[in-house]
Amino acid sequence: MTKNPSLLKNPEIDSWISFSRDGLINVRIGKVDIGQKISTAIERIVSEELDLDPKRIVMVMPDTILSPNEGMTSGSNSMEESGNAIRLAAATIRETLIEMASRKLNVSIASLEVTDGMISSRETDRTTNYWDLQEGRLFNKAINVEAKVKPGNHYGKSQELYSGADITNIVTGSYKFIQDVNLNPMLHARPVRPPNINSKLCQIDVEVEKHLKKNGITVIRNGSFLAVAGTDEYEVIKAADTIKKSAVWKQLRRFDPASIFEQLKNNKRISLKVVDGMPTEAPLAADTKINPNIKSTYSRPYVMHASIAPSSAVAKFEENELEIWTHSQGIYLLRASLAELFHMPDDKIKIYHRSNSGCYGHNGADDAAIDAALIAKAVPGIAILLKWTRQDEHAWEPYSSAMVMELSANIDKKNKISSWKHSTFSDTHVSRPKPGQKGLGAANLLASRFLDPPIIAKPIPPNKMKHGGIHRNLEPLYRFEHQLLIKNLVRNLPHRTSALRTLGAYANVFAIESFIDELAEEICVDAVELRLNYLSDQRAKACIKAVVKEIAHIDASQPNHGWGIGFAQYKNSKAYAAVAVHVMVNEAAEIKLLKAVIAADAGQIIDEKGVIAQLEGGFIQAASWTIYEEIMYDDENILSIDWESYPIIGFDNIPDFKTILISMPDEPFLGIGEAVCGPAAGAIGNAVFKATGLRVRQLPMTPSNLRSLALKT
Amino acid sequence: MIDFTLRINRENYDVTAMTDTPLLFVLRNNLNLKGSKLGCGLEQCGACAVLVNGESTFSCAVAASSLVGKSIITIEGVSEGGTLSVIQKAFLTEIAAQCGYCTPGMIIATTALFNKNPNPKKQDILEALQKHLCRCGSHARILAAINNMQLDHPQND
Repeated sequence: MTKNPSLLKNPEIDSWISFSRDGLINVRIGKVDIGQKISTAIERIVSEELDLDPKRIVMVMPDTILSPNEGMTSGSNSMEESGNAIRLAAATIRETLIEMASRKLNVSIASLEVTDGMISSRETDRTTNYWDLQEGRLFNKAINVEAKVKPGNHYGKSQELYSGADITNIVTGSYKFIQDVNLNPMLHARPVRPPNINSKLCQIDVEVEKHLKKNGITVIRNGSFLAVAGTDEYEVIKAADTIKKSAVWKQLRRFDPASIFEQLKNNKRISLKVVDGMPTEAPLAADTKINPNIKSTYSRPYVMHASIAPSSAVAKFEENELEIWTHSQGIYLLRASLAELFHMPDDKIKIYHRSNSGCYGHNGADDAAIDAALIAKAVPGIAILLKWTRQDEHAWEPYSSAMVMELSANIDKKNKISSWKHSTFSDTHVSRPKPGQKGLGAANLLASRFLDPPIIAKPIPPNKMKHGGIHRNLEPLYRFEHQLLIKNLVRNLPHRTSALRTLGAYANVFAIESFIDELAEEICVDAVELRLNYLSDQRAKACIKAVVKEIAHIDASQPNHGWGIGFAQYKNSKAYAAVAVHVMVNEAAEIKLLKAVIAADAGQIIDEKGVIAQLEGGFIQAASWTIYEEIMYDDENILSIDWESYPIIGFDNIPDFKTILISMPDEPFLGIGEAVCGPAAGAIGNAVFKATGLRVRQLPMTPSNLRSLALKT
Repeated sequence: MIDFTLRINRENYDVTAMTDTPLLFVLRNNLNLKGSKLGCGLEQCGACAVLVNGESTFSCAVAASSLVGKSIITIEGVSEGGTLSVIQKAFLTEIAAQCGYCTPGMIIATTALFNKNPNPKKQDILEALQKHLCRCGSHARILAAINNMQLDHPQND
């Protein structure tokens, strides 16, 4: 039996792999490339299990017509779901074809060898190959979940043979992103956004609309949803600007100017006790065993995905059929949500995935898709290429919720940490379009609330999955005698929020790893030793020891220098990552990252360069959230609307990396995309404390926040 | 709308556009050269960079009609005759990209730098790239690619 949801939903070989007659094989997965290059790892697995040159493997871009439905591409699950399914599918194919070959050549199975799909035997001179045996037929066979796979330590050849087609296209500028889709004829389109999410469109200037129409610009209006389309992209941009200036909006509600952190603590909320990573209905009555004598509160503001490419989509509506090209992470869920909204049967909506720049979670992809679909329905018979502007992207994507983490512990007379309490306050981290759940499908698409009549999202119920959203990595891997963990889903907060890389784990781990260092300081023990004392998992300890061994060579004893450590196992079940970072805090109160050491255990590693890229990239992105990022807004407007008003990390603050992969060839694949983010934040905070004596509990660690903390201390 | 001729990737192109149409839209929409990317349209991210007379220029905010008589090289023109440039090869070998959206701009900035200064110091490299944003965090590999290239192809002082 398998627990892999992708295999349970798509048990047939034919859903995943098919042989064409020209010496190539087509591989389909339902997970999408969002910059993380899952297709590279999948290509390698197929290449290894079938002994094929990767050049023979065609990775088919996912669509809702033929690709296996694997739900959402999220949570670092792709290797465990698609990777595992493809490995077993390929192994089943190999078993099947080898058996056919033995019959055809009349030789023993043990005598057969495969080289790049060609099958030979030492018992005969005759040969055959995969394509001759399969003759373009379907397998009509279930994947054997017990199929014998190639042992991990026999993987290797595919690394040398890696085709590298994507990266070649990237460096030559010929890699096709969704913005590069070129259908002829095609109109360019831009949405025209109101001042904020609580606005209602009263009127647009009819004269302006007439004038634009004369210049070939179509104005699309549906309730308060407003957009423009035309043949020339630059004219469309100008028209959007013109119509925006002439539109009159009514503000239905203003943002609450009270501090978001007060709102997180004071608003109505649902509080649930978390046990073994799962929210429970257990009573929250005071736990007498907890009895804390040390307490710290941490917070982080709203942050955004801030994708480099604005969200975009292509849509075409013709003869009651809607086609959409999108960079959504969940094409089947998007299709079902749009089918619900437009009252169309599922099979009349075809969705094709195309890459956009990295998105790191639920950004504006799905919202752009509905924008394009609404325009296509208003202007049928022609393809619409819709792009958001930079300001749209910054102001309208679903943000990652601000969070408050209250930690407390009891240090007993023997200097033992006898109890641990962690209560986290946050808005939801998952508001993806998901149909059929109390109308949460289309309602979670941005444009729906502006339609006439509007479709308003209902409050999202608490996520009760193991290590779900707010409570992801709420449970520390450290073992204490008593622990009390509480997730608080807070209502009536100002901004739309959804999934950003790691969901709640980044802030929870930042708080845990900072607090562990604070406890070490209190008890006067070494922070590394304290961690090792409260961990029982050997793989966790091995990661921590590996970074400490490396950072020990570094001299961080100069004034304003320091190094710190952070650790977590993502979701307490995926990759382990320890991070040590050496920082310097200069006179301008800027944190300079000098050296970062990462040690990770991700089970069997397929694409070593890909794993290192995810770890170092994850560190850099998390360092950016930690040091620079905070969404600013007043009672009316989002103020973080471009790269100047929402700065991110640049080349001037990239540390030297030393990344150590702990090899576990016999262990299952573990997702790696998010493991390093929380530990990176913890390590930076702990290093800044060593460098300056300042314990930063409120993110981001900007010079102005560091200065005001210094004044208070 | 006006007609003019642009010299792009060593060839002449006749263009019809508005006087203020940014070069980026002319490249992508009129000439189907889609390697230069639209990231912000505000000269803040560098995804749209091209070489104008050898200088790295953000094409999202410069009017195409103002570039008549100048030599424009886009990412498509960096590799001459289908052969990757040394810089492209260095990015390829190091896999110095995650999603790849910012990569054409990064390669243009690096090309402009090396055209001017074949032996840049680390500080020169950081300055040349500072205006270019990358959200995937591929910075370290981009710097490694440039560094490896300098080791492989040392320039004489």
